[in-house]
Amino acid sequence: MPRTKLTAARLGPRDVLHVGSAGLRSRPVRVVLSALGIAIGIATMIAVVGISASSQAQLLRQLDALGTNMLVAKPGEGMFTGQEVELPKDAVGMVGRIAGVEKAAGTGDLRSSVRRSEKIPAAETGGIAVKAATEGLLDVLRGGLASGTWLNAANGRYPSVVLGHVSAERLGITRPGQQVWIDDRYFTVIGVLDPLPLAPEIERSALVGWEGAGRLLGFDGHPTTVYERSTDASVDEVQKLLAPTIDPRNPQNVSVGDPSSALKAKAATEGAFSTLLLGLGGIALLVGGVGVANTMIISVLERRHEIGLRRSLGATRGQIRIQFVTESLMLSGLGGLAGVALGGAATGVYTSTGGLPWVVPLWAVGGGFAATLAIGTVAGLYPAVRASRLSPTLALAAA
Amino acid sequence: MTTVVRLRGVTKEYAGGVRALDGVDLTVGEGELLGIVGPSGSGKSTLLHIVGTLDRPSSGTVEIAGHDIASLTDRRLSALRARRIGFVFQAFHLVPGVGALENVAEGLLYSGLPRSRRRRMAAEALARVGLADRLRHRPHELSGGQKQRVAIARAVVGEPALLLADEPTGALDSASGEAVMTLLHELHAEGATIAVITHDTEIAGRLPRQVRIRDGRVVEDTGRRAVEPLDSGAGEVAA
Repeated sequence: MPRTKLTAARLGPRDVLHVGSAGLRSRPVRVVLSALGIAIGIATMIAVVGISASSQAQLLRQLDALGTNMLVAKPGEGMFTGQEVELPKDAVGMVGRIAGVEKAAGTGDLRSSVRRSEKIPAAETGGIAVKAATEGLLDVLRGGLASGTWLNAANGRYPSVVLGHVSAERLGITRPGQQVWIDDRYFTVIGVLDPLPLAPEIERSALVGWEGAGRLLGFDGHPTTVYERSTDASVDEVQKLLAPTIDPRNPQNVSVGDPSSALKAKAATEGAFSTLLLGLGGIALLVGGVGVANTMIISVLERRHEIGLRRSLGATRGQIRIQFVTESLMLSGLGGLAGVALGGAATGVYTSTGGLPWVVPLWAVGGGFAATLAIGTVAGLYPAVRASRLSPTLALAAA
Repeated sequence: MTTVVRLRGVTKEYAGGVRALDGVDLTVGEGELLGIVGPSGSGKSTLLHIVGTLDRPSSGTVEIAGHDIASLTDRRLSALRARRIGFVFQAFHLVPGVGALENVAEGLLYSGLPRSRRRRMAAEALARVGLADRLRHRPHELSGGQKQRVAIARAVVGEPALLLADEPTGALDSASGEAVMTLLHELHAEGATIAVITHDTEIAGRLPRQVRIRDGRVVEDTGRRAVEPLDSGAGEVAA
């Protein structure tokens, strides 16, 4: 008998996939059930990351639209008395003359209350402030009207009022033309504003024209808040000049704020997804991995004959090992794919109901998938080693 | 004549002191068709495993197709099985849910041949066992006799030096069993070396050479023509 040189042939990648998927193809229900655990884990993680990323994208988009070049000046507290100091009557005009400032507007707080009708007691303000507003306010805030018109030189003189969207809701005003009771007379609502994320205090206000407020509500003409927009390049410069311009003698009496910084901080916290939920997803993933390991061990026990057959056909221990590791990898990989799709879809449902942009970061998809492959390898290793150590004679013993 | 199998003083003991084989000498030349006969528990299955290199002896030497298997690693032993030995089992051991062609091609999976070549050879092997028209049939769509013919095609597709058939008719009715034995005789006529392990003396009686096993020892070997001393360590014997 001529001796042939004995070297075990390698399995090509296609053959590895073929033997690795054979067990899966013959038991589809079990594949679905054991991949489900992995899928749920990955879906949870993708959805958690996706939803927070979408919320963050929404805020950043909003911030982009609203701009970061608006500053607000308010009276600070007096140095000695703790009393609020007044801003000069011409504060808005002075701010408007600072180099770099494109437009400025102001509001002045009134000691009035707004109610649905005169029958409601004056104490029930509903948390709504009545303010005098300059004509340029809406422009500076980049706000819009949900309905009706904004204050102008003509209607500002008469008992007319524009409501922030929160105040309109609280007063039960649904359309312009309805009337509200301010101090001792009815004012006609001429407009309702859109939400103003940069100026939540305006959302909770009833705005009366500057002139009308003086004539009808006894407004003293001192603004209590000055809003200004400057060019993006001069924001820092303007921020330094704002207080000295408004009150050259006591600039410390004027406090200057940047409302967009609060929004920026909010965007940052939205981006920091809930670690708790992510942890839950991780636990689900772990349980899924245990499920895959379990399925693989059962698979090895059930397929003793097949393992024996393959050994008799010339499979080496290594080839049996790689078959079962491949099977485990495919099992968890399928779960991972389903999980990514499921998590993406869950994010989609959340964002479409909330009107948010759909964002699932690529690193989350890649990371989730890498995690499933790692789990598949770990879960498959022990069963695969067991399979490869199986004695072929025992495996072939008649059932 | 070249020797395919050469066993010298092969003993196999299992844990607990069970001696399944006790000093077996056996020589099989190329082109032989022999029956290894014995009642259950006689050690013939252990002998099959040793000859098929699925198990190693406790003592004694085993040479298969010129290789002393004691000197081979698991990888080389696997390669030896992949190229030189074909198995046929009583329970067929076909892969369920896969067509006959795929099942036969599986016999070449570990041979290193490319896939298209494996499939072509599988189709030829199926034609050789008379199942050219059943290539796509899956095991549950085949009769017992057809299943065993698919298994035989899988065993011979790589033209092994030795075909080991373990109770090939054990799970079949007599007509199908007859057809399977006829097929094995045909393959022998074409030059294959075949060892049939069986408890059925009637089947064994129609084979050119019979080796009778009892209690782990060879008690009769018609290939040796004469009643030589059992443990003489005799050399090669002409069939």
